[in-house]
Amino acid sequence: MSKFFTASIGRKLIMSLTGLFLVMFIAVHMTVNLFLIFDDSGELFNRAAHFMATNPAVKIMEPILGLGFLIHILWSFLLEYENWRARPVKYDKKNPEVASSWTSRNMLVLGALILVFLVVHIIQFFWVIKFNPESMKSVVIQGVQMEDTYLLVSDLFKRSVVYDIFYVIGGILLGFHLSHGFWSGFHTLGLSNKNWMSRLQIISRVYAIIIAVGFSVIPLYFLIKF
Amino acid sequence: MADKILKKLNIKVWRQNNAKDKGKFETYTIENISTGSSFLEMLDILNNKLILEGKDPIAFDHDCREGICGTCNLYINGRAHGPDTEVTTCQLHMRKFNDGETITIEPWRSKAFPVIKDLIVDRNAFEKILQAGGFISVNTGGVPDANTIPVAYEDAEESMDAAACIGCGACVAACKNASAMLFVAAKVSHLAKLPQGKIEAKKRARNMIAKMDELGFGGCTNTGACEVECPKSISITNIARLNREYLKARFSE
Ligand code: HEM
Ligand code: SF4
Ligand code: FES
Repeated sequence: MSKFFTASIGRKLIMSLTGLFLVMFIAVHMTVNLFLIFDDSGELFNRAAHFMATNPAVKIMEPILGLGFLIHILWSFLLEYENWRARPVKYDKKNPEVASSWTSRNMLVLGALILVFLVVHIIQFFWVIKFNPESMKSVVIQGVQMEDTYLLVSDLFKRSVVYDIFYVIGGILLGFHLSHGFWSGFHTLGLSNKNWMSRLQIISRVYAIIIAVGFSVIPLYFLIKF
Repeated sequence: MADKILKKLNIKVWRQNNAKDKGKFETYTIENISTGSSFLEMLDILNNKLILEGKDPIAFDHDCREGICGTCNLYINGRAHGPDTEVTTCQLHMRKFNDGETITIEPWRSKAFPVIKDLIVDRNAFEKILQAGGFISVNTGGVPDANTIPVAYEDAEESMDAAACIGCGACVAACKNASAMLFVAAKVSHLAKLPQGKIEAKKRARNMIAKMDELGFGGCTNTGACEVECPKSISITNIARLNREYLKARFSE
């Protein structure tokens, strides 16, 4: 087994498994976030956020998710470094556009930018909710007292155009990363053939657009409406 | 119709005396090249000129000059086998270039394909991968009758498509990771699809991948550049099959 993970396909399998795990997470994350724009009183989102913060299943998933991110990120840098080393003398003249998409060639660039976004995002929301809830206002919904997560998020988006743009860009970057990552993940697992490859590529694009639009629309909503 | 003549071309080419030499680009000009001549004929003409001038001719690999041996490997203007699709360099014609153009010619660049001289690289690495598993065991004895082992039409087709690989290495050259996955996938697939290839299937995938890694090729990130630049249009779905074969082999250990 140890040989397995040092072999190129084994290492690649780790990228794909962690990547597809993150794909599932991101779908749930986006769905919950969309509650932000479907109820301006904030009740819907607050209840969802409270559920996510207190549910034991989510609690178990949290460290696994963190680990998934960590492995995916560290592994991606390692793999790209090794792939980079496989060509010690670079070409003088390159013309890669004809043969492959920019996105597929720049997964690490996109990933690294997403990482920058992720750090800011975690500091802004996750950290506050998790480790400094005293700083947040609280609300009572149906007799249950909980943190006003809606206020935390909506306040930022109403207040700061810069962060609105920052979050829109974050969503778009993720969309690009996934437009290649999604089908590539299946390909790596061997779950592709001559019929399914083009179908997976289409699903990949559709999924990427849903994610990019789904996330971007939230800051835009607060920017335009308030 | 007479072919157009390219009055003047600048040929910027990689010159390197031997594997240890650092190497550098030289630019030569060449005049009156017919658009009907092949790329290698153009290099022949340039070499004649260099010889007459008392210079060392440019070393480049070639053999069949009809697109089947896979030795004529040049990276031309940023593309493996130059600016045409589904052809090897020997099948590339000068009509793909413009008068006055500077054409950059480089050898395949990969840690596993060291330069021997100028544009010639050592592709023994592919041979080593084949020796690691690109074969089937056949019992000795008389030649079996044709069609005694039934093969489904679809399988035969897919196997033949994969078997079209000529081992040129354009997939490695075109890949941003210098990965040999398309080559290995083609070699594993054309045997995996046939009953004769089933016996060693597990060992084959495992050993060929191990050899590929050992020789210093990069890993696959599914960019698809190999398929586009492959002169035989080997499909990257073969890579998915290789992944499947490999994972099957590993998890059934
Ligand atoms: C946070 C920083 C991130 C970095 C640095 C990063 C980096 C990378 C890199 C370099 C690859 C290409 C690896 C390859 O093709 O072999 C990749 C693939 C992938 N990433 Fe990410 N990524 C990040 C975040 C994410 C997120 C948030 C998701 C999902 C929501 C994701 C999903 C995927 C998927 C599905 C793949 C395809 C795996 C494969 O081709 O087998 N990534 N990532
Ligand atoms: S897969 Fe295509 S590009 Fe690669 S060695 Fe075979 S014929 Fe050449
Ligand atoms: S010389 Fe044989 S393929 Fe070009």
